[in-house]
Amino acid sequence: MYSRTYKSLVSIPPLLWVGVFLLLPYTLMFAHSLWAVRDGVMVHQWNWDNYKTLFSNPLYAEVLLRTMRIAGSVTVCSLLLGYPLAYYLAFQVGARKELQYQLVVVPLWVSYLVRGYAWKTILGSDGVLNGFLQYLHLTHEPVGFFLYSPFAVVLMLTHIYTPFVFLPIYAALEHIPRPLIEASQDLGASSWQTFWRVILPLSMPGLLAGATFAFVLSLGDFLAPLLVGGPSGTMIANVVQSLFGAAFDWPLGAAISVGILVITISLLFLSEFLEKQWAFK
Amino acid sequence: MKAPLSTGRSSLLAIYAAFVFAFIYLPIVVLVVYSFNRDGVGGFPPRHFTLDWYSQLFADSSIWDSVLNSLVVAGASIVLALTLGLLAALALDRASFPGKALFRRLVLLPLILPGIITGLSLLMFAKYADLPLSLWTVFLGHGTALISVATTELFAGLQKLDRAQEEASLDLGATPWQTFWRITLPNLKLSLIAAGLLIFTLSMDEIAVTFFLIGRDNTLPLEIWGRLRRGITPEINAVSTLIFAVSLGLIVSWYHLRSRSLGAQPGSYSNNLRTRRTS
Amino acid sequence: MSASPANPPLQNSAKGALLLELRNVGKRFGATDVLKNISLNIASGEFLTLLGESGSGKTTLLRLIAGFERPSSGEIWMGGRRLDCQPPYKRPVNTVFQNYALFPHLNARDNVAYGLRVKSTPASEITGRVEEALSMVKMRGFAASRPSQLSGGQQQRIALARTLVNHPQLLLLDEPLSALDANLRKQMQSELKALQRQIGITFLFVTHDQEEAMALSDRIALLRDGALEQVASPREVYARPATAYTAQFIGQTNLLRGEVRGCMATCGALRWPVDEADGPVIFSLRPEAIRLAADGKRQTNEVKFRGAIRQQLYGGSSELLEVDCGNDQTLRIRIPACGPLTGEHDFVFSMSDAIRVQE
Repeated sequence: MYSRTYKSLVSIPPLLWVGVFLLLPYTLMFAHSLWAVRDGVMVHQWNWDNYKTLFSNPLYAEVLLRTMRIAGSVTVCSLLLGYPLAYYLAFQVGARKELQYQLVVVPLWVSYLVRGYAWKTILGSDGVLNGFLQYLHLTHEPVGFFLYSPFAVVLMLTHIYTPFVFLPIYAALEHIPRPLIEASQDLGASSWQTFWRVILPLSMPGLLAGATFAFVLSLGDFLAPLLVGGPSGTMIANVVQSLFGAAFDWPLGAAISVGILVITISLLFLSEFLEKQWAFK
Repeated sequence: MKAPLSTGRSSLLAIYAAFVFAFIYLPIVVLVVYSFNRDGVGGFPPRHFTLDWYSQLFADSSIWDSVLNSLVVAGASIVLALTLGLLAALALDRASFPGKALFRRLVLLPLILPGIITGLSLLMFAKYADLPLSLWTVFLGHGTALISVATTELFAGLQKLDRAQEEASLDLGATPWQTFWRITLPNLKLSLIAAGLLIFTLSMDEIAVTFFLIGRDNTLPLEIWGRLRRGITPEINAVSTLIFAVSLGLIVSWYHLRSRSLGAQPGSYSNNLRTRRTS
Repeated sequence: MSASPANPPLQNSAKGALLLELRNVGKRFGATDVLKNISLNIASGEFLTLLGESGSGKTTLLRLIAGFERPSSGEIWMGGRRLDCQPPYKRPVNTVFQNYALFPHLNARDNVAYGLRVKSTPASEITGRVEEALSMVKMRGFAASRPSQLSGGQQQRIALARTLVNHPQLLLLDEPLSALDANLRKQMQSELKALQRQIGITFLFVTHDQEEAMALSDRIALLRDGALEQVASPREVYARPATAYTAQFIGQTNLLRGEVRGCMATCGALRWPVDEADGPVIFSLRPEAIRLAADGKRQTNEVKFRGAIRQQLYGGSSELLEVDCGNDQTLRIRIPACGPLTGEHDFVFSMSDAIRVQE
């Protein structure tokens, strides 16, 4: 139905733009990772040194592992918070479902910075939380680990990503035809069994999508550590950021970025593959 | 509207759900409350209501300069992202060409990729092309990354569009160009606006990509970020509260539009599913 | 293009001059031939129905004529000019879509006026023609309504008006009544028929409902798996089906399979003289052609047989009997209502009512 002119007209501009401003930059980044810095200047000598450094220097492995732990914790906590909420809204709320749904989604739109800053003010030694605990005489002096720790990073990122995780799970739950659940109950399954045997498996694609999103974005986050992480909460993206800043080693930074890119894309493919396995029509 | 199921654990689940809601809203509530607190941020409970922080905010010219910068970048990003996003959505919906799957993944990649990667790769591109870092490079970053948002939203809108309407238009004598302007675009109106709002909000809040592409002129988030590095002042609470209020306004309009767009689509007035071309 | 039982020459059709010619049209999607070598002539002013099951290719054929697909082989000619090369907006053909495809952002009047507006017709002319079209479909009072405010039947009328206003040479209707409930459907059928008679535009109507096809058409083109099974008037198709498929698709029938030897046909328990060559045969015998033998007697041109009544379905004015004639042969017989029957009875039918059909 659409002529070749039409199809060319709509495909070529975005193809061109994406090619020049996405594909080319990624390629450049990969190229940079194969160069080096000598005497404070970047030279275009092709070598694998940066990658060798990454694999041999235990420092990077340590940071990467910490980052993965943090990202993993964020994902698990977001799921623990987001899934039950989605379940509650999908199955147990009647009249005001739409309103409550919007209430969950609103914070998504509120600035990342605003929310991060809010946690900073809450968790500090002079912050609201410590003040609250002292007011209730539960503690007598400020608790230190609330802020500037991996705990704070996980807390903040969980706060950010719980709505993100909620959305696809809710959509998947809403999609489950109610007659299936009624049939399960009709055949004698308890609520828990129905959940475990019917609802959870059918919601898997949504769960996977949300979990992947939370994990991947937490993995590459550098702002949360800067806000609330402190030295013990540094993540791999901070390392990259400093390599492009004060520590001036673009090639090494590019190599780590390529690593992050590879991990991200692998996780995406894995997630897609699993989603297809667990999608039922 | 699906009726609720009785699953027997309702009260426990309801309490848990309330807890999750509280967790999500707590920081924002604290922020707003303390923006009116004379003694600044910290301590409990807040005493001494004051509007001083707000008046200090309104007198702060560099904040407002950065707001203007952000608005300009957001506006330009909307135009770029919507235009290319519409074309990309049309291409994905209607054209087939070699490398289409790769194209689709590439267009949607910035959505899921951590901002630092997109930001750094564009930084390297800018250095390579000898582009000075400025609001132009920021615009480049925002516009390119947000094409993915526009494409997703508009593609969904195109899917809801009944193909038969465009065929009917051609059948009645309109050329493809006329059909695009008279039928396709009006039907996408709500999707376009919704996408625009989303792009606006994301651009106004963008930090990760902007971080690496910023020149001398700051955008609002980076202006706030700079101040945060120097220490906390409740003025930041005030501006954050304002941002929250504006975001709230925007999302309410977005939802209003979304539900209108779902109501006005063909699926609701004809009870039949779209026919499959089997006979 | 030679005449065959499946495609009789145009002189057999009731109406006027040749309007549309399909010459050996074929359509292939991937590895599947959805349409195979279709040759068909449509006369100006006639009501031709494309009848077939889903998957038979009838909607594909319609879309080829409308211009949304191109034929993989063959040509389409209209008024002495080749049609299949032209895009849909240049063809003097309009389509009423199955789900109407009304433009939701325009009201009824603007929907109807659409085809005139895109061709830059003067506004004064548009007003008049739109009013005329709306009157024809009895929707004058609804000009300002949006499609979402109209019922299914009303939307259908607007969709019709939207096409008629352009005075197309050929109107294509893609199962336009299938979305309506039974009563509304019957009403719209008769209105459509009257409308077509009144304005005289050629209608090419697609449906899978054989009763609808019989009621409305001047001719029926029965499609089976992408090929034309038979093209003839409804009465012709019913009384003289060309194949077993046609006989079963249109109305009900009994298929008698058997053999001819020495000018005698033997199908199970039935034997009667025929003027056919030796070999296997199939006959179509309509249930209403069989009746109870009066006093067990038969006329010279009738065939008599005996059978046990297995089932009797009462239908108000008639009974539908399932009769077992032995040797695994069961016949369906329709007789006027007569109260419950049991046991064995004698039945007769005229030899001329047994129509020979191809496989």
